[in-house]
Amino acid sequence: MRRLGLRIVALLYLAALLVGPLSLVFWRAFETGVGPAWDAVTNDAALHAFKLTILIALVAVPANTIFGVVAALAIVRRPFRGKGLVNAIVDLPLALSPVVVGLALFLLYGREGWFAGLPVQVLFALPSMILATIFVSLPFVVREVVPVLREIGTEQEQAAATLGASGLQIFRRITFPAIRWAVAYGVVLTTARSLGEYGAVAVVSGRLVGETETATLHVEERFQAFDLVGAYASSVVLALLAIAVLLSMSLLKPKEGIS
Amino acid sequence: MPAASRARAGIPLSLGVVLAYLTAVVALPLAALTWRATREGATGFWESVTTPDGMAALKLTLAASLGVALVNAVVGTLIAWVLVRDDFRGKGVVNALIDLPFALPTIVAGLTLLALYGPQSPVGVNVAYTRTSIVLAMLFVTLPFVVRTVQPVLLELDRELEEAAASLGASELQIFRRVVFPNLLPGILSGVALAFAKAVGEFGSVVIITGNLPFETQVSAVYIFGQLESNNVAGAAAASVVLLAISFGILLAIGGARRHVTRHDHA
Repeated sequence: MRRLGLRIVALLYLAALLVGPLSLVFWRAFETGVGPAWDAVTNDAALHAFKLTILIALVAVPANTIFGVVAALAIVRRPFRGKGLVNAIVDLPLALSPVVVGLALFLLYGREGWFAGLPVQVLFALPSMILATIFVSLPFVVREVVPVLREIGTEQEQAAATLGASGLQIFRRITFPAIRWAVAYGVVLTTARSLGEYGAVAVVSGRLVGETETATLHVEERFQAFDLVGAYASSVVLALLAIAVLLSMSLLKPKEGIS
Repeated sequence: MPAASRARAGIPLSLGVVLAYLTAVVALPLAALTWRATREGATGFWESVTTPDGMAALKLTLAASLGVALVNAVVGTLIAWVLVRDDFRGKGVVNALIDLPFALPTIVAGLTLLALYGPQSPVGVNVAYTRTSIVLAMLFVTLPFVVRTVQPVLLELDRELEEAAASLGASELQIFRRVVFPNLLPGILSGVALAFAKAVGEFGSVVIITGNLPFETQVSAVYIFGQLESNNVAGAAAASVVLLAISFGILLAIGGARRHVTRHDHA
């Protein structure tokens, strides 16, 4: 009886907080029919926004994946001074306000910043948006790979080294096969965070419609312009991407949590 | 041996790459932020932090985040419990759903909450532009933290201890308080700390639903954004440094606690 009560409380909480609001947005987006919703996500501004978001993710995700694997190896396999600090810096994007991230980049590359004299336009352009996205999605691959590396230990790597394998061979033949599912899971999380970033990009992009407007900025801009169908329809596209992310997460971690 | 030393020679280089990347992506922007905030000296920084609207936003943010963290401690543990110990149809879907707030862009989260709990609410609940809406948005984005830190501990927990306690005549509540809860506490605390940090910095989900009225519903992240838009860069930077210090302090505390626990495990 108590078990049933707890289940009902948990499910009601999730229904009120997650399922209810999200279902309503799906319904509202198509309230006036599929046509207007389809037009809202296929007009030039929306298409440009989605393309820009994908382009940013295509740079940020590989960069953070390579960094994540190298950093996890360094953190687990190498004793060095200041590891606690490095760990805290890697985790910082999880805990720091995206607005603060955006402002920090704004001050570094802005008019009075240390890097104000760069020959390329960074602020209010693609480079700063990529940098902001890399910052906020930095921890995920590291955090997924570190525990797996700890668990597999170094015995096999040492055996391979004794048999004359080079560092690269050891990584390709021994280490990477053991961590690849953790890397894949980390990539999924990194992608989700990259596609969904809003606050940091809102600060550094300058929000020029059709130029530096990403998908999330487009949702906000449509909402402010009282175009609710446009805002809801683009939200539905982003929500479908989020659901795809959840599906890949449960496919990649079938054992965790439940039988 | 030469092979082993060759394999090891690659690591200092990789450590250098890691530190260079972290410096370029994370440390340099944050250094520029801190430098800008403290350029006018300690008094200038303090004056920028303690403006009436800035302080009101900070107090509101901390109070709301604290409340949200406490709700998460209870509800997050409860949900983790149901996911591990209960069994019902569709549990797999519910389990996957827990990560939705992470996967869903925060601006979309704000918009969805406004649709159901805003002026056009079909269920007649309108909390838009009130302090309740801040709590609602923060509860949404922080949902996964406690669930996902408590769930693995519950899965690993040895059921024999609980059975032993039950056979000695302990009630269900006693078993939870004396046997289960002490084991879950480290997980609950680190989840709560992360949820608190996330709530303090939240922007995307609150910006639409709260209306951003200074002294009323404006949280710190929105205040910073507003100061930047009205060209008060010093004020925005000062408030940002306060948020940065809070986030960094929480992470160092979690890291320290984790090291403390692992040390005692090995002892």
